Amino acid sequence: MKKSVLLGTLAVAALSAGAAAAATLDDVKARGKLNCGVTTGLVGFAAPDANGNWDGFDVGVCRAVAAAVLGDPMAVEFVPTTGKTRFTALASGEIDMLARNTTWTFSRDVDLKFEFVGVNYYDGQGFMVPKELGVSSAKELDGATVCIQTGTTTELNLADFFRINNISYEPVPIETNAEAQPLYLEGACDVYTTDASGLAATRAAFEDPSAHIILPEIISKEPLGPLVRHGDSEWGDVVRWTLNALIAAEEYGVTSANVEELSAGTDNPEINRLLGSAGNLGEMMGLEADWAKKAIMAGGNYGELFAKNIGESTPIGLARGLNAQWTDGGLLYSPPFR
Amino acid sequence: MTSVSDPPSGSFQFSQLIYDTRYRSLTFQLIALLLLIAAFSWLGYNLVNNLRAAGLNFSYGFLGEPANYDINQRLIEYTSQSTHWRASVVGVLNTLLVAVLGCITATVIGVVVGVLRLSNNWLVSKLMAVYVEIFRNVPVLIWILVIMAIFVAVLPQPRDFRGDDATASMVWGSFAFTGRGFYAPLPIFGPGGWIVVAVFIASIIGIFGLKRYATKKLYAEGRVIKTLWPSVGLFFVPTLLVFFLLGRPISLEYPALAGFNFQGGIFMRNSLISLWFALSIYTAAFIAENVRAGILAVSKGQTEAAASLGLRPGRIMNLVVLPQALRVIVPPLISQYLNLTKNSSLAIAVGYMDLTGTLGGITLNQTGRAIESVLLLMTFYLAISLAISAIMNAYNNAVRMRER
Repeated sequence: MKKSVLLGTLAVAALSAGAAAAATLDDVKARGKLNCGVTTGLVGFAAPDANGNWDGFDVGVCRAVAAAVLGDPMAVEFVPTTGKTRFTALASGEIDMLARNTTWTFSRDVDLKFEFVGVNYYDGQGFMVPKELGVSSAKELDGATVCIQTGTTTELNLADFFRINNISYEPVPIETNAEAQPLYLEGACDVYTTDASGLAATRAAFEDPSAHIILPEIISKEPLGPLVRHGDSEWGDVVRWTLNALIAAEEYGVTSANVEELSAGTDNPEINRLLGSAGNLGEMMGLEADWAKKAIMAGGNYGELFAKNIGESTPIGLARGLNAQWTDGGLLYSPPFR
Repeated sequence: MTSVSDPPSGSFQFSQLIYDTRYRSLTFQLIALLLLIAAFSWLGYNLVNNLRAAGLNFSYGFLGEPANYDINQRLIEYTSQSTHWRASVVGVLNTLLVAVLGCITATVIGVVVGVLRLSNNWLVSKLMAVYVEIFRNVPVLIWILVIMAIFVAVLPQPRDFRGDDATASMVWGSFAFTGRGFYAPLPIFGPGGWIVVAVFIASIIGIFGLKRYATKKLYAEGRVIKTLWPSVGLFFVPTLLVFFLLGRPISLEYPALAGFNFQGGIFMRNSLISLWFALSIYTAAFIAENVRAGILAVSKGQTEAAASLGLRPGRIMNLVVLPQALRVIVPPLISQYLNLTKNSSLAIAVGYMDLTGTLGGITLNQTGRAIESVLLLMTFYLAISLAISAIMNAYNNAVRMRER
């Protein structure tokens, strides 16, 4: 399957005569649907619910963009991608944007010709082990069998971590999170490693989450964010500022509940510009004036999305930590809307 | 046949290219060839152009850079600091390993099943028919996944071997069958160890020499020489003698539970075993049909003639039928071997790091060099497949019927 995707890309690259990176924004508007790449299923971030509707934190970003551009948060075609297929899918134009907890790295940005529009989750790679093994630190994992998702930054971090600490391990490469779970639960691997948020999400889906612990070591920086293709800055701007709008909305206290009321006009000029009651920010991007209002109404501001999908009240139970607003000592900081 | 009673004479005219049967096929072939070349150059031109437009250059420079990832099963030395090229070679060797193991097992199972399917015993032949139909008609990827899932779920994990109330134990204290793979003792060669091996190989050659000598005597002088006991003696005595005379230069390293896993000994990973087994039984179902077809192609008169000479059924099969059937079996067998080798690219489903897993998987992903990697991947598979074809064609030439 993977090969066919690649060959498909090759064929697409070969067949499409000189159709250079055109205006994705126009394509999306003409199509009436946003093609958004997500994971094949990671509870809390992107997973179809019982009715087949996609739901989750990354899905929320897709829906916000669709709402901002098309005015309809449901006008999204979700394309499940694996760690291996995601970049090809984006590069070939199969998807318009990728919101699939993808780590922003130099080589992906520069060499693979993608454009990361921001960070929607500051993460780091961690380890999960069954409690019964009695391990309390990743440095005690000498000789362990480790399940890793292949095609991610995690396998490179893992190789570095074990090499630097001079301990050995046995890597078991796995294609998707869903395939890794039974292997880990059956004990075919001692350790499962991926981003700490992914570990929490995976553990939440277990029958007995309390039997597994996430080790304290975080061995890497994993800023996860949505990305688009290089060379179409207008489209990149749309996705970037939609994400910023969600973050800024939380900072200014704009929620899905009060956005209607606030959009009529407030004393805060920043909110007025954001929601379109003053200035013409939407027009500059080629969108309606109330683009940000629709984006916020789609699923709420950043804080609402976080709390609803992965926050402490959900089974996944992630604390805000680094992902708090800068005013609360976190790293979230939206540039000003002006 | 078109009869041209009066060949057109005189000067050549362009209309002849279409209307003259002597030139028509050539003309059309030339046109088709030109169209084909045009189509491919158009595709190639577009590819190069589009890559340039996307700002991507075509380069194999990444093969010399450190791979930075680890591979579990390494037949040659490899660390995460080795190059992508070396990682690809590790992958090629893993592909070859599972392909060779798979081809051998598939042939053995296939021949046995194919012969048994023609058995006069109703139960045996029907059982074999069921085997063939089940394995031939379900995709091999499903078999690989099913076998891996059963493997992992049924066999105990290393942690079950631990503690006083362990639920699993090692077989004869030297073999451990775990859901992660099989562990077996590893022979360690001390000084002089290779001499023992050489003596052993020499005595095997000696056994075959003895057999030949006995056959020669039988044909030339009609004397029957008993070879069973001398063969058994040759098999054991010289090797054991040298082994003890040299002071036991070969010792065994036993796998032992240490930390999370068994350490030491030979480790065959669950991924290798599942993949090997799945590919073997899947391909064996096809080979069984080839073998059956080959046997049925040998005329019944041959069997009857052999029987009237007083040969027993087993010898009829081995001496008369199978050698003739090989002519029919070998050509389709080649394509089964090729299929098995190519199907081994499904390895990543169980985390076996074959060529598709290293070069076509992690390397491709981490470098983003999709087109370069896929082209190289195709070249590797092409080379492996052509090599298998060449070897098997040579074998086919050796067994085919000599026209005298």
